[in-house]
Amino acid sequence: MIPMLYYLVLSSILFSISLAGIFLNRKNILILLMSLELMFLSINFNFIIFGNFLVDLSGQIFVFFILTVVAAETAIGLALIVVLYRSKKSINVDDVGKLKG
Amino acid sequence: MELYVFLIFSLLLVFSSLKVITINNPVKAAIYLIVAFFASAVLWLLLNAEFLAIILVLVYVGAVMIMFLFVVMMLDINMVEIKEGFVGYFPFGLLVFITTALLLIFFLNDQFSNMDKNIIQEIAIISNDNTKNLGFLLYTEFILAFEIAGIILLLGIVAAITLTHKKNISNKYQNPFQQVNVKKSDRLKIIKGEGENK
Repeated sequence: MIPMLYYLVLSSILFSISLAGIFLNRKNILILLMSLELMFLSINFNFIIFGNFLVDLSGQIFVFFILTVVAAETAIGLALIVVLYRSKKSINVDDVGKLKG
Repeated sequence: MELYVFLIFSLLLVFSSLKVITINNPVKAAIYLIVAFFASAVLWLLLNAEFLAIILVLVYVGAVMIMFLFVVMMLDINMVEIKEGFVGYFPFGLLVFITTALLLIFFLNDQFSNMDKNIIQEIAIISNDNTKNLGFLLYTEFILAFEIAGIILLLGIVAAITLTHKKNISNKYQNPFQQVNVKKSDRLKIIKGEGENK
């Protein structure tokens, strides 16, 4: 049996990496979305860890719903990127302010 | 044995997620993200979440990441312009990483360091089958949330299609407003012909 703390440390390292990724790649929306995916992954990790160690399936149910919402969010985010690229020919975050409808 | 599997796949997970945020090429970043999802699926198997591990591989690697790759390859991105300021912000990003990681680890070590065994036993467990248990809970206790998740997915479809849908400009159709508002000067142009001078 692996101690719970190992898993928790792993998920917190994953969360910190994705947070640093948001700071580092703040110009590129695609990598920002990927960092968000990693962040959601670490949150899901936490739900599954606590669900497993407390023997409660509600954690896994929560992960199920988070996966659903994140899939919808990713689809909308990628659609926004495509719209931005069509009008500005770049996916720089600085250009998002020039979109104006 | 279990510990070795955990160590190998957690190292793979950390390595590939570091690659995702530092690599230059977005296609390679997406592929490293796929590796990260596979590694975490294995770790979820260790945590007795078989159904979610398979869902992660099927839905995330099979659908969401393919969507990512599709968009990345569809766009022609100038990465040099996008990467500007990466080196300048690197110490700041490192500081954010170290601070957050240390805060979280110290907190978790303080709160949960001796929670090695299962405290509460056997709640809502019907059978030994993870999928069956999840399905039972999903269609009884969480049925409202399940319906709302369906509506959220529908919203995602509608939003994505309305955002990216282009009007078909090859269709010819009449605009009555323009037809009614036409003036004589728009259509009729009086020019002097050659016969008038003779």
